[in-house]
Amino acid sequence: MPLSLLLLLVAALVVASYYLTRRRSVAVAGGAAGVKVLHSLPSYHGFYGALWAGLPALLVLGLWVSLESGFIVDLVVSGLPDDLRHLPDAELNLVVNDIRNLASGNIVSREVDPVMQAAADHYNSLRQISAAAMTVVVLVLASLGGWIAWRAVAPQMRARNRVEGILKGLLILSSTLAIFTTIGIVLSVLFEAIRFFQAVPFFEFLFGLEWRPQIAIRADQVGSSGAFGAVPLFAGTMLISFIAMLVAVPIGLMSAIYLSEYASKPVRTSAKPILEVLAGIPTVVYGFFAALTVAPFIRDVGASLGLDVSSESALAAGLVMGIMIIPFVSSLSDDVINAVPQSLRDAAYALGATRSETVRNVILPAALPGIVGGVLLAVSRAIGETMIVVMAAGLAANLTANPLESVTTVTVQIVTLLVGDQEFDSPKTLAAFALGLLLFAVTLVLNVIALHVVRKYREQYE
Amino acid sequence: MANVIESTAVVDEKEPQTGSATHTRELGAGFETIGEVRAENPRMECTGVNVFYGDKHAIKEVSLDVGQNEVVAMIGPSGCGKSTFLRCLNRMNDTIEGCRVSGEIKLDGQDVYDKRLDVVPLRAQVGMVFQKPNPFPKSIYDNIAYGPRIHGLAANRAELDEIVETSLRKAGLWEEVKDRMDQPGTGLSGGQQQRLCIARTIAVSPEVILMDEPCSALDPIATAKVEELIDELRENYSIAIVTHSMQQAARVSQRTAYFHLGNLVEVGETTQIFTNPRHKLTEDYITGRFG
Amino acid sequence: MAATQPRRRVIDQVQASLGRRYARERRFRLMGMAAVTLGLVFVGILFTTIVSKGYTAFVQTHIALEIAFAERTVDPSGNRDPAEIARADYLGLVKQAMRETFPWVSGRQDKRELYKLVSSGASYQLGDLVVDNPALIGTTQRVWLVADDDIDVYAKGRATPISILGTDGVGSATGTTGRIQVLSTANDFTAVLADVKRRLQQVARAKERDLLTQETLLDNAREQVTRLEADLAAARRGGDPATVAELETELASAHTEQASVANYIATIRSQIVDLEQRANTPGGEERLTPEMPSYLVAINGGLVKATAVSDAGISGEVLVPLASAAEAAPGTWEIKVLETPESSRRVKDNSIAWMMYLEDKGLVEKQFNTAFFSNGDSREPELAGIGGAAMGSLFTLLVTLLLSFPIGVAAAVYLEEFAPKNRWTDLIEVNINNLAAVPSIVFGLLGLAVFINFFGLPRSAPLVGGLVLTLMTLPTIIIASRAALKSVPPSIREAALGVGASKMQTIFHHVLPLAMPGMLTGTIIGMAQALGETAPLLMIGMVAFIVDIPGGVTDPATVLPVQIFLWADSPERAFVERTSAAIMVLLAFLIAMNAFAVVMRRRFERRW
Repeated sequence: MPLSLLLLLVAALVVASYYLTRRRSVAVAGGAAGVKVLHSLPSYHGFYGALWAGLPALLVLGLWVSLESGFIVDLVVSGLPDDLRHLPDAELNLVVNDIRNLASGNIVSREVDPVMQAAADHYNSLRQISAAAMTVVVLVLASLGGWIAWRAVAPQMRARNRVEGILKGLLILSSTLAIFTTIGIVLSVLFEAIRFFQAVPFFEFLFGLEWRPQIAIRADQVGSSGAFGAVPLFAGTMLISFIAMLVAVPIGLMSAIYLSEYASKPVRTSAKPILEVLAGIPTVVYGFFAALTVAPFIRDVGASLGLDVSSESALAAGLVMGIMIIPFVSSLSDDVINAVPQSLRDAAYALGATRSETVRNVILPAALPGIVGGVLLAVSRAIGETMIVVMAAGLAANLTANPLESVTTVTVQIVTLLVGDQEFDSPKTLAAFALGLLLFAVTLVLNVIALHVVRKYREQYE
Repeated sequence: MANVIESTAVVDEKEPQTGSATHTRELGAGFETIGEVRAENPRMECTGVNVFYGDKHAIKEVSLDVGQNEVVAMIGPSGCGKSTFLRCLNRMNDTIEGCRVSGEIKLDGQDVYDKRLDVVPLRAQVGMVFQKPNPFPKSIYDNIAYGPRIHGLAANRAELDEIVETSLRKAGLWEEVKDRMDQPGTGLSGGQQQRLCIARTIAVSPEVILMDEPCSALDPIATAKVEELIDELRENYSIAIVTHSMQQAARVSQRTAYFHLGNLVEVGETTQIFTNPRHKLTEDYITGRFG
Repeated sequence: MAATQPRRRVIDQVQASLGRRYARERRFRLMGMAAVTLGLVFVGILFTTIVSKGYTAFVQTHIALEIAFAERTVDPSGNRDPAEIARADYLGLVKQAMRETFPWVSGRQDKRELYKLVSSGASYQLGDLVVDNPALIGTTQRVWLVADDDIDVYAKGRATPISILGTDGVGSATGTTGRIQVLSTANDFTAVLADVKRRLQQVARAKERDLLTQETLLDNAREQVTRLEADLAAARRGGDPATVAELETELASAHTEQASVANYIATIRSQIVDLEQRANTPGGEERLTPEMPSYLVAINGGLVKATAVSDAGISGEVLVPLASAAEAAPGTWEIKVLETPESSRRVKDNSIAWMMYLEDKGLVEKQFNTAFFSNGDSREPELAGIGGAAMGSLFTLLVTLLLSFPIGVAAAVYLEEFAPKNRWTDLIEVNINNLAAVPSIVFGLLGLAVFINFFGLPRSAPLVGGLVLTLMTLPTIIIASRAALKSVPPSIREAALGVGASKMQTIFHHVLPLAMPGMLTGTIIGMAQALGETAPLLMIGMVAFIVDIPGGVTDPATVLPVQIFLWADSPERAFVERTSAAIMVLLAFLIAMNAFAVVMRRRFERRW
């Protein structure tokens, strides 16, 4: 039975359970007139029934679906002949893939031998058994749950409290998802990163000056070649982020100041949303813009000045990234500037300060912590930005501070290492996770500091 | 007597007192202020001033002088426009969107609202102290030195030090803060902060000082100190003060002006206003029948 | 009065400082204005580049051919079996129609070029046509076929600018086909010759620049030789034979290097002399090379491509036969200049000539490009569309919406209404704020490691994409929903609690409905973010080349931004306009979503 049909059946059982339980509660109360004897309204009894019918069944269904394939593969593998079973992990994975493909009638990478065919049949039969068992178990659970709730209907049953209790549980569960996400991120990158650091020493990764992952395809070269030194990547990331900040901070800050302190209302109401459009444009569009318009433009300008500019120059990527970050800086600065109390402005104006003196000597110093926090958030964003650099920055890990040369970044390397067809546990792939761990750690620190600074600043003026 | 604290001048205008409805009829168009609006030796002369916030007519045809070496107190119920009027005198109303001012306000014979007039030197000449103390989040020294610095009043550090010390002495704060000049001004107590703000204002040597309920956020002891200070400042400056406290007006001012719903009802010697008010509204207000 | 004296001084001092201060004020204000203007200019440049590059993709060049649906080719067995009809050799029909339209084209190379005027997808187009309407079999129909991408680029005027030179003299051709000469009685070709000579001059300039770099190379080589000789002498004195031998080989190769550079310089020098001389001598005949603009002479209904030009006329090759060799009156014939040299464009002169012939006959038309919206991806730009990616985006967003909205609202309700203020909820709060700022690519790593490798969900599936984007957009939705809940005044809650409602009832009956517009606004903005997101989807394999349009959340699919990324990487010129057009579609969706959010906020915003 297809999954969607099963879900539909469960939904039908849930609805049925709602109506049946509800009707029974009315009946127990002795008809619609006697509803007052019930502790809870009939609809709460209904909800109670629906929850009992739905929750356990869906829970089991979810677990079954997510764990099924692992179990089946284990079973199939244990049924394979010994010589296949004791292959290294990577090759075993290939075999399992072939069995899967064979089972679903796809093209396989090797000749079909009887062993494989048998395994594929085994796989198919296990899947069928599993699907049938799942259908039965889920449907039985749903009916059983509904029946339990139906049985429990009684005038003194506190159905409302129980429904609300379950609801509250669900609410709590939802709110903890954020924590699970963070844990998930940490664990998923950490595990693979640790495996990577078993092959490449941690300090070599952190302080190595050369990054040549493509060399390390052969297993015997791992680590020994020193090809996984991440310093050029940090340098490249920093260079591009620095250029981006050089563009975004002055423009963003000055436009925030101009719009909040100088501009007339019509200018403000029309210019602000237009600037904010920049924030809503997908990064892939900026990447396209950088690679197709800005980079050639910079190269041509450079050529006309007699400069040798790479067509994937850090300058182009940084410039476009800066444009992307302008609204980010300006809206954060705007918030912060508006939080400076009017009384401070009044004090400066009453002393005869000009607008710019008020801004520079009173508003900016007062808003500085908030602005610094905003800029830190912007830096974290620049470091983590992917598409612009993937499309406009280079792949070669040059260790240079020259913005006209091509550099690569951490995110570019993650993408190039993971997009494509390598097996999952080659050091190349694992290196991407190590870089991811690093990226996560750096941005986490930046974010926590920045959010803390901004919050402290807000509290100061609240 | 109610000593209502107004949060800002704008809010002030939005909440007219309902208790005065019966008297409003007497203040029709063409109402004329009772008493002498002119001062003997005027620094600021206001004639027929009107203020609008958008459509709202906040000040109606007010004429009033601020004389040399005198303290003029402006009293009246909430929403009567006294703060708005005060903010006209150094054009602080410019910072409020949708505010229009008409009429004539002159400082030493020069029209303040003249298009060619520059507000920056105007505000250096007409200083202002606000309802809530608003020291800059900088050191005490920098708070006082800020005005002289931007206006270029001190040629060197020694001169600046001198200005700071004199201002603080005049504000009666010197003894309290001379050992902690580099600590933030926000760390002082409320009364000290307000005196700091006054010192900051007099550091630019203004000719007129406007005070918008300078004591409404202070406790009685701090209030007493500030009032004492105002009395001393009268020797060198002209002062216009808006206050909610009639006792304060009586204590610090030479002349008192009573505002009601945007009209200037009555002006006179402070003793005359408080002992022998000539208008019914003034009498009602000072005897505490409303307000 | 004594006090007046110092005060006067003060105001004078203030006045004195004003000029400087106002100058600074103006500078500051100007900087602010410049910043805002710069920001607006960036927006303008971004949009104009994309629109100007992309708007042409919404039309597609079509070529009309008279296709004879002969029964023996299309349905040899005659039983009208759709499967059999679909398998017929439609490419042959296209080729046959092409040969009939251009009977003079011969030679394998030329014919291959000719067949490439229409897209390789034309045969499928014909197949679908016949399958849908078997009555066509046995008839001859005029069918509008999709043109090849290079031809499309040319037809949209992006391959080369074309300028037209009018004529003052009587033109005459020496033949109608093959290699002929076209002569003019006036000096119509003088301009062409002058143009060519100007080109020669430019080539000479370029060679001179090359000469400069070569000379520095030569200097370097000389230095290298001198240094090596010195080293060698020193090594010989030192007497280490290994070093000596090594240096000797190096010296030898340096000598060779020096010689070859010197040789090259000599060649360039002589070339420059030759070019200069040809450029500066008036008259004579110049041969045209593919590095120069192409000159096509349109005379008597035919097209002649110039291969050599002199003051009197050109000699050249007939690309479209002339109707006659009769004399053509001034103004009835003209010279078309294809400014971009043939060597630097993909569409060649003969294809352009054929297209001009077709255009003259009204057999070329730009039609609205429906395929762009309905097709999936393709390696052929003219057949590639965003249909598949749009469906992928739809499914992905559907998953995201179904998960993130309820979960986000539930989390916000708990945190805002129930959660006690303790370290646990503080932790959750810090977590949410931080997740909102975690780089999106990290979510991609999470998706790859957890959903694909751990749970074994299929790669490239909208389901996984939706799960990843759910985790990404949750913080946005939670933060917006909490703000919406906060804006509901406590008095509403107190009123409901006051009549005896439970806390849950208060929230679900009163608070949530009031906060819903704010929550929906936040959700729409979150969805807009998710729609534009690319990086995490690359990690989970949605970057694959997928032709089929996905039919469900587990089918392999790609999404609009990833499609843009893939096309932006493609070398074909025609993909540039398609990429820009896809961006326009994506931006249109995003702007619509954001505008809807703004309208909703305005419409339902309550001031308490």
